[in-house]
Amino acid sequence: MALKFGIVVFPGSNCDHDSHYVAETILGQEARLIWHKEASLGDVDIVILPGGFSYGDYLRCGALARFSPIMKNVVRFANNGGVVFGICNGFQVLVEAGLLPGVLLRNDSLKFVCKYVNLRVENAGTLFTSRCHKGEILEIPIAHGDGNYFTDEDTLKRLEDGNQVVFRYCDQSGILTGESNPNGSISNIAGIMNEQGNVMGMMPHPERASDPALHHTDGRKVFDSIVESLVHQSQLV
Amino acid sequence: MTLRQSILDPQGKAVEHAVHSLGYDRVRNVRIGKFVELNVDAKSREEAEKITREVSEKLLANPVMEDFSITVEEKS
Repeated sequence: MALKFGIVVFPGSNCDHDSHYVAETILGQEARLIWHKEASLGDVDIVILPGGFSYGDYLRCGALARFSPIMKNVVRFANNGGVVFGICNGFQVLVEAGLLPGVLLRNDSLKFVCKYVNLRVENAGTLFTSRCHKGEILEIPIAHGDGNYFTDEDTLKRLEDGNQVVFRYCDQSGILTGESNPNGSISNIAGIMNEQGNVMGMMPHPERASDPALHHTDGRKVFDSIVESLVHQSQLV
Repeated sequence: MTLRQSILDPQGKAVEHAVHSLGYDRVRNVRIGKFVELNVDAKSREEAEKITREVSEKLLANPVMEDFSITVEEKS
């Protein structure tokens, strides 16, 4: 039984095809692109909000996309426990929509940063990291100008105490350093999930590190974890 | 809209350095915000302000990082 990936496409999204390629060609699951104006998500097991520049990043990154018609369905899907995965611009849409706390600000360097980074897996007990172990380092590329994660002290404490931080930027030995932080994110945070654990957002692009032809496949672990977790979940029903 | 004081503003800092290199070293704490103009069809100032406030709260400003203020001008 193949899992059904629904990948939302906003005007300006440009990582939808890469996500579709990973879901269908690399993972062998079913994948469908969902145009942002569609009235329903259809029968999906997981929704991906892909990377890109939805609405040209006008006003604020993700600020306009969060009001796209399909987002009502995405929010309802998430509130009913459906799995939602936001990558880069998708993460920005999730924080604007309030499905994840905090905000993604302009990179502190003011530069668009495009390079491979090391991510430390902080929580390997999530459905997005079940195939990873705590402390594992994944090498995954980033490409963003507004990836500086920020939230207030109380929310940060809540995230840390609740093990909602999933990935942090680190150096090759797994140490959290200023140098390894490409954008100034508070606490080197690269990816977080909500309290219930069904919604995750991350700035790096695991879909760009899942194909052996690109010589970087650490990103595939995130997708394999999702498949493993969802298949396991459906077997319990 | 302006960035809340607690938010680091690297753009503002960069502009501040540029202002200093122009010789205006008495200019401090530059912060950059946004100006949005809305033309509202309303029967009164109060109604126009109410609409503007709601649009600002829901969309124009992100309360996690921005504060906003509203000025209403009547156009006949």
